[in-house]
Amino acid sequence: MRGCLAVYHRELLILKKKFWRQTASMSVAPLLYLIAFGFGVGKDLQVDGRSYMEFLIPGLVAMSSMTQAFAIASEINIARFYWRIFEEFQAAPIRNIAYVTGEVLAGITRALFAVALILFIGLLSGVVLSYGFFFWLAVVLNSFLFASMAVCMAMLVRSHADQALLTNFFITPMAFLGGTFFPVDHMPLWAQKILNFLPLTHAAQSIRASSFGQATPEPFSYLLLAAMGLALFVLAFHCVNKAKD
Amino acid sequence: MIRIEGLTKHFRKVKALEGIDLHVREGELFAYLGPNGSGKTTTIRILTGLSSPTSGDAYLHGFHILRETLQAKRQCGLVPQSINLDHELTVQENLSIHGKLFQMPHRLRNERIEEMLHYVDIADRRKTPVKHLSGGMKRRVMIARALMHSPKILFLDEPTVGLDPKIRRRIWSLIKKIQQNGSTIFLTTHYIEEAEFLAQRVAFLDEGQIIALDTPQNLMNRLGKWAVDNIVEGEMETTYHSSREGANAHILRQDGSLSVRRVNLEDVFISVTGKKVQP
Repeated sequence: MRGCLAVYHRELLILKKKFWRQTASMSVAPLLYLIAFGFGVGKDLQVDGRSYMEFLIPGLVAMSSMTQAFAIASEINIARFYWRIFEEFQAAPIRNIAYVTGEVLAGITRALFAVALILFIGLLSGVVLSYGFFFWLAVVLNSFLFASMAVCMAMLVRSHADQALLTNFFITPMAFLGGTFFPVDHMPLWAQKILNFLPLTHAAQSIRASSFGQATPEPFSYLLLAAMGLALFVLAFHCVNKAKD
Repeated sequence: MIRIEGLTKHFRKVKALEGIDLHVREGELFAYLGPNGSGKTTTIRILTGLSSPTSGDAYLHGFHILRETLQAKRQCGLVPQSINLDHELTVQENLSIHGKLFQMPHRLRNERIEEMLHYVDIADRRKTPVKHLSGGMKRRVMIARALMHSPKILFLDEPTVGLDPKIRRRIWSLIKKIQQNGSTIFLTTHYIEEAEFLAQRVAFLDEGQIIALDTPQNLMNRLGKWAVDNIVEGEMETTYHSSREGANAHILRQDGSLSVRRVNLEDVFISVTGKKVQP
């Protein structure tokens, strides 16, 4: 447990050192999407009886929690390939599970911070939705899944450039196709079937439904996110074992 | 203190270590010498848990490195070859994170940080981000960090590589001081004079095998006390002599550019491997 806290504490210290840079960087993308899609393209649009801005904010929450949780992979890579801090963790008397837990917690923390920023930006834009238990549960499960995936990927890649490739091929397409900017059920049936395989689709739907005040959530989406997150967490543990040599 | 039995490491077809047997005594300063790629760092990486052996056993202070990994890791401090400090963090924060990783209680951690900062003479830089330190200072921070949890064994992997001669000597003094305080030190280096100056015993490693192991003096005595270098058609030829008189007599019998000097560990290495220790 203490080992996990040490890893987590180190990531928080790094985040604190780069606080303003990180805050600016986490705000830029959602702000641009809000301006371009919310105020620009979607100004007079209605989706399922709600303004496009109201539709967009939960989507951005899902997307940002994914990208920021996954961004822990870059931090791990910098620590591993550039600063070689990973060796310090490996030489310490802590179990690999403690290392993975610490990094995943750091990923979730980053994601929650990014989500708080989006909600604040949304508030400034006059969008107030319902942010109850199931909203935060979906955010945490989504962050858990992608932070665990990030640890796996960070252990599997052989260079920093490989990490960028993975982001380009997996995270960026998911960010645009996972129900962030448009309702998936407006797509052709074959496309819906494919997009339903993406965890972000389920995260966006759950976050949107709960923020629109839907009292009973769709249990399948929550269970799927939890199960995938758990599977990736176990996989991350094995990837850390394999990362030796 | 360190016991290695038949340690072997293969990276696919490359044989990095081939059945290493070694015993380093408590409180000893042991040097592991060899050219790049000879297996020095691989040995340290296996002993400190950064790499797994293909076969063989190793014990640190009685704890098996694979079966009792966490206990074995608690016995040792590691100063790796490349600087692996958190550059964004201050000196003090780097030491603090290390203390947390080794589960040191808060109060003890703070006491040891103070002690170590003074020990390596860097207390005035405690709040400085590591990125603003010189190479020599970073090395000292790494040594302080490795000593934070009071390890019984300290692994130093090329601790003076890339440092200027003045700073190198300062690090040597620090290493001597650590050993005099009772730590067992396992040092890898390709600087012959470093091993000669610091080590009580030396092992020569070549192509993953130990080819000679003894005190520096005994190793050098095997060749003789004096060496005569003779350059013949651009090639250096060296002969060894037990006395200065013998060396002088040899010079008188030869033509060409000859010089006489004391035998050093590099001569021993060349004589057993036929090659120089090169970085």
